[in-house]
Amino acid sequence: MWWYFLRRVLQMIPVFFGATLLIYFMVFALPGDPIRALFGDHPPAQSVIDTLRHRYHLDQPFIVQYWYYITGLLRGDFGTTYSGQRVIDVMKQAFPITARLAVLALLFEAVAGIVVGLISGLRKGKIFDGVALVVSLILISVPVLVTGFVLQFLLGVKWHVINPSVSPGAPTQQLILPAIVLATVSFAYIVRLTRASVSENMSADFVRTATAKGLTRTRVVTVHILRNSLIPVITYLGVDIGNLMVGAIVTEGIFNIHGVGGTVYQAVTRGEGPTVVSFVAVMVLIFMAANLLVDLLYAVLDPRIRYAK
Amino acid sequence: MPSNDMTATHYVAPLDETPLVAVDRVDESAKTRSAWTDAWDSLRTSPMFWISAVLIVLILLVAIVPQLFTHTSPTLGCDLDFSNASPRAGHPLGFTRQGCDVYARVIYGTRASLTVGILATVIFALVGLIIGAVAGYYGGWLDAVVSRLGDIFFSVPSVLGAIVLMSVLPFRNATTVALVLAVFTWPQAARIVRGAVVLAKNSDYVLSAKALGVSRFKILLRHVVPNSIAPLIVLATVSLGSFIVAEATLSFLGIGLPPSVMSWGNDISQAQASIRTAPMSLFYPAVALSITVLAFLMLGDVVRDALDPKARANR
Repeated sequence: MWWYFLRRVLQMIPVFFGATLLIYFMVFALPGDPIRALFGDHPPAQSVIDTLRHRYHLDQPFIVQYWYYITGLLRGDFGTTYSGQRVIDVMKQAFPITARLAVLALLFEAVAGIVVGLISGLRKGKIFDGVALVVSLILISVPVLVTGFVLQFLLGVKWHVINPSVSPGAPTQQLILPAIVLATVSFAYIVRLTRASVSENMSADFVRTATAKGLTRTRVVTVHILRNSLIPVITYLGVDIGNLMVGAIVTEGIFNIHGVGGTVYQAVTRGEGPTVVSFVAVMVLIFMAANLLVDLLYAVLDPRIRYAK
Repeated sequence: MPSNDMTATHYVAPLDETPLVAVDRVDESAKTRSAWTDAWDSLRTSPMFWISAVLIVLILLVAIVPQLFTHTSPTLGCDLDFSNASPRAGHPLGFTRQGCDVYARVIYGTRASLTVGILATVIFALVGLIIGAVAGYYGGWLDAVVSRLGDIFFSVPSVLGAIVLMSVLPFRNATTVALVLAVFTWPQAARIVRGAVVLAKNSDYVLSAKALGVSRFKILLRHVVPNSIAPLIVLATVSLGSFIVAEATLSFLGIGLPPSVMSWGNDISQAQASIRTAPMSLFYPAVALSITVLAFLMLGDVVRDALDPKARANR
């Protein structure tokens, strides 16, 4: 078990460096001279340029520049925004909000998705299943962007059920609707995933054995069918952290939430490249960490995987 | 096994008097059936397939000849007097903030959205196919390098990566958006092709081709690739929808197609400013977007069922 953990963590290291190198390369190896761009039409003296180049390590080879960037990143130095705030300070304010939003969304999609998917899978071919399939297909094809605007307009502007824009502190009860919006697509995927996996497990030998040895239906369903059907769902939840972060950019933009997504949204629309990059780099790291966590969880849930290698 | 008593036991089945020719006879008049004919037969009978196919053909038609569907120009004749005006004769869906006809803009916006979707899918599938096939077929260090490289690109959520790349690119058009979307998604295609190729390359027909002296590269092209392309087709169909959504998301953020290009994403992005007073100019492009995505998702679903007999039996 521990060997598996260790191996997975070790495998992460090259991917981590590769991914940060990729992001760094995209931003800093592109055409254009950042120092000259600072001065516009009147280029300064060559000595000024050289000094600035030296200060920002631009006279060093690419890989050395990357080294400065990555060590800065590891020390928590993410640079500053255009308005002079340190990116790390903005993150400290933004992350708790987005974390609450993401947890709400994950809770909603996991609980509702698994319940609907389970019922659907157990009653394959019945009316409930048919409705669930059609509704989930529609939900998957309506982008978060659209769901967000439509619900904001209907509930917020037209019927005044909620406040169309979340207040600055983002109290949790105001985050419920944005969280549901954020989770819709994933909810639909989880319904379909759970349904497929439940209906497959229903005809598995171990379920027949469990029924044959006289276990109650409830016990067969909850312990034997559900537990085994949850494995792909949990993997999906891990991958979904990535979708949620992208969705958060849109959702937080729509509902005016000042979380990580909202900050990225504003930085993108204002054209603040460096801020976008620092935030996205951190989001990628979170995504990778979540994937690692899910892989480890996977090994705990399914003993077959542990001993496979 | 009683090895000392060889004469007493028959280890060979009793002789069958049927001549070999009769056993091996193949009904030559029967049409040869490939996996593709089987798939087509199952597709033909599925109503979902026809619904999605008709929808997609219609959407393609709108994208190619928008003039067929509206006589109103989406850009000329916009009148600020009609800013956010409600529907009236000749303008069934009302007007945008700039006073342009919403229906015409939805119709004309199809092309850009679909172009990005199709272009991204083609690049995604081609790159994935080539890289996945080469990695799976030749194996060894090439496979290791390519797979690790894929891991790195895969570790960046595709739209997040696209946001970074698009926000620093000096120029933006349909091709760059499609390329950027493909950059962070190709590992998905490559993985799926690689898996299928690894399975196919050890099969009997590859072995017999090898025995006949067919060159390695020719085997890859003639036998391995055609037999491992099915999962990629399914993935590509489903991905087309998500590429269209991704384009809309990027355009919504203002870093997708330039604002001058008519696309659903741009129209949604421009309509959000006046959503409280005129929600409908946001609603209609959104509906068009969703229907398109739905059509490709449905097609992907039925194609998967048709190409994967195991899933069909399970249903």
